[in-house]
Amino acid sequence: MTGNEAIARGAWEAGCHVATAYPGTPSSEILENISRYEEIDSEWSTNEKVALEVASGASIVGARALAAMKHVGLNVAADPLFTMSYIGARGGLVIVTADDPGLFSSQNEQDNRWYALHAKIPMFEPSDSQECKDFTIRAFDLSERFDVPVLLRVTTRICHSKGMTEIGERREVPVKPFERDRKKCVMMPAMAAVRRRLMEDREASLRDLSNDCPCNYIESGADGKIGVISSGVSYQHAKDALSGLGEPVSWLKLGLTYPLPDRLIERFASGVETVYVIEENEPYIENFVRQLGIRCTGRSLLPAAGELNAGIIRRAITGSAAAKPYSVEASPPPRPPVLCPGCSHRGIFFAMSKYRDIAVSSDIGCYTLGVLPPLEVGDATICMGSGVSAGIGFEKALNARTKSCDRADAGRADADAIKKVFGVIGDSTFFHSGITGLIDAVVNGSNMALCILDNRITAMTGHQENPGTGFTIGGDPTVRIDLKSLCTACGVKPENVRMVDPYDLDAAEKAVREAHDATELFVIITTRPCALIKDVARSRANLFCAVDSNLCVMCGMCMRIGCPAISRLDKGVRIERAMCNGCSMCAQLCPKQAISRVGEIDD
Amino acid sequence: MTDETRSILLVGVGGQGTILASKVLSEGLVRAGYDVKMSEIHGMSQRGGSVSTHVRFGKKVYSPTISEGEADILVSFEKVEAVRWLVYLKRGGILVVNDHEIRPLSVLTGASSYPDRISEQLGEAVPNFFQLNAGDISAGLGSVKAQNIVLLGALVRCMNLDDADWKSMIEDTVPKKMYELNARAFDAGRSGW
Ligand SMILES: Cc1ncc(C[n+]2csc(CCOP(=O)(O)OP(=O)(O)O)c2C)c(N)n1
Repeated sequence: MTGNEAIARGAWEAGCHVATAYPGTPSSEILENISRYEEIDSEWSTNEKVALEVASGASIVGARALAAMKHVGLNVAADPLFTMSYIGARGGLVIVTADDPGLFSSQNEQDNRWYALHAKIPMFEPSDSQECKDFTIRAFDLSERFDVPVLLRVTTRICHSKGMTEIGERREVPVKPFERDRKKCVMMPAMAAVRRRLMEDREASLRDLSNDCPCNYIESGADGKIGVISSGVSYQHAKDALSGLGEPVSWLKLGLTYPLPDRLIERFASGVETVYVIEENEPYIENFVRQLGIRCTGRSLLPAAGELNAGIIRRAITGSAAAKPYSVEASPPPRPPVLCPGCSHRGIFFAMSKYRDIAVSSDIGCYTLGVLPPLEVGDATICMGSGVSAGIGFEKALNARTKSCDRADAGRADADAIKKVFGVIGDSTFFHSGITGLIDAVVNGSNMALCILDNRITAMTGHQENPGTGFTIGGDPTVRIDLKSLCTACGVKPENVRMVDPYDLDAAEKAVREAHDATELFVIITTRPCALIKDVARSRANLFCAVDSNLCVMCGMCMRIGCPAISRLDKGVRIERAMCNGCSMCAQLCPKQAISRVGEIDD
Repeated sequence: MTDETRSILLVGVGGQGTILASKVLSEGLVRAGYDVKMSEIHGMSQRGGSVSTHVRFGKKVYSPTISEGEADILVSFEKVEAVRWLVYLKRGGILVVNDHEIRPLSVLTGASSYPDRISEQLGEAVPNFFQLNAGDISAGLGSVKAQNIVLLGALVRCMNLDDADWKSMIEDTVPKKMYELNARAFDAGRSGW
């Protein structure tokens, strides 16, 4: 099982009743797997804050609940997280944070173990799939026993690594009857202050538990010179790195890493000469060990950025490197991810790429890739939702510059290149946190142009349903939220909304021109589904574009849309048939009509 | 069966089927009685980017990933990817390269160039170098779609992994109507090229 499958299995075995998530690599498969268990009521929530609040509500009433998200998702859910630590958990409440050391699929690298310390909630860190399953079950039990939400912290290499996992059966845990307890659950200042003090007592008992918990244990015990403290995947890398070292190594393997076990660490350290703390990213354990007055080495030897592996640890601790690897003279050209052939984002980006006088606030999703050559659309990407709201700020700054230049030196701002701000956001991202930005734009009088790239799916993270697709996580039909009505309900004037098929380059260009020239808030909504959606791919499977080499003059127009299916040969241009879905944007650009679409759409 | 942990690195371009091949591989090794860990990368890089899957097996496996200079075998589904990941190959390790070029967008648009003579350079640098055209082999069997399984066959041969029932693994993994093609692709990859 992968770590994600094992967490899902663990939740099921633990009798979990409610599970929620917003997708995000590397966490997405947790809910995808949980949703296959009938006993668990699962949902894709609109965003992570909603996910954690839904799970929290279920826990307050008395059900066992789990909320899963990627590391940055916990930033979005941080508000309920901190206060749920006060309220506690009547039904077990487990929050999974999936961190991404090495930034394989994320906008930042953050070590969410600090959240446990900060919010004062216990944390488990599994080291493999078996522990993912076992610790999930333990987390539910601990949560109920100590009346506290529990964080399960995993990383990309835990989530997406497969290892042997023994499975068990589901243990049914009855949902508790609703019991009104306002002093515990209504967090107004006076009541919260009381809870705040109780949290300190809870913390003390949790620390005792951590000292005795079987998840925290000393291995080998031989009075080695070297003692290593580690947790999570770092423990596995360290095991490989230091096996065969010749000297006996003692290990303190930590699975319950908040609160950290002070007495256990002291006992371990007193039995060895040198203590190493091996952990990825932040010196989370190391800081604590130092606070105990124990001398140890860790961060000073290991890199703070990026993921660890056995080789890095071996080099750091033993100074010995693997034999010099093979090498050749050739150097590989970079191969970043790209917009797919037939991508429905391409048409709007191509239209926007013609304007040199726009600044574009982009967002997170497949469309972030529009920033790469040759389209090069997008000037900033911060976090989900910022495509709209940072755009408002762009515009304010540009307006302020115009004003200050008017005062100082009339005309200087006119010479500035930027005349218009565009925002770009995907459908799933718009529902997640773009709506609030749009309301802000309406109410505060922004005149930006917003492109909502609605490809009818959450594509980047592997095709999850969202409020605009009309289906639930289980594939059942549900209400489809209509983006156009939503925008007008937020106050965008109906005459300033355009629906556009981005495969139609003329239509896309016309809409972008109108948006560019508009003097009021303007919204473009694209209407073409992602080319990789199964039904879309099937219906277009026999469709492709072909080049008539007698007509092709190699002008390179078709290459300007940056389609990976199109390549330039010594004579002529070639379109890779297996990759092409016949979107025909290249054909529309060809001045010689050398490209034609072949085949039929099969509905 | 040896106790020592061995490491297999499969690399290629998102969409080439490395994930399916490594799935068959790791499940087969599990059924053969090994402790197995496999690590792959999902998400962003699958959009046509460079991808890698790490498979490690032995009596007891700790780390799910392979460090530089530690792969016993590197199987590259695409030529330039073999160059990119070459530093992971152990001295004395085996390099299997699919004779297939997929040009990254930067090359298609002319911003960078695809290196020449890759096979020759790899052949000179790595003593245990093997190259095959899995696409042609697969196409000869009826469809290019089983390239990944041809390469799996080649890997099984190079690593002498004959202790698993690979055919039944393939049967359990691929859609029923694709089984015949994939079984023959596996044989073609294993029996020589
Ligand atoms: C707070 C947060 N949650 C989740 C993610 C992971 N994530 C990246 S892009 C994306 C969704 C993209 O979907 P959409 O906006 O529909 O664009 P598409 O990829 O379909 O073009 C998600 C969930 C994230 N980066 N940040």
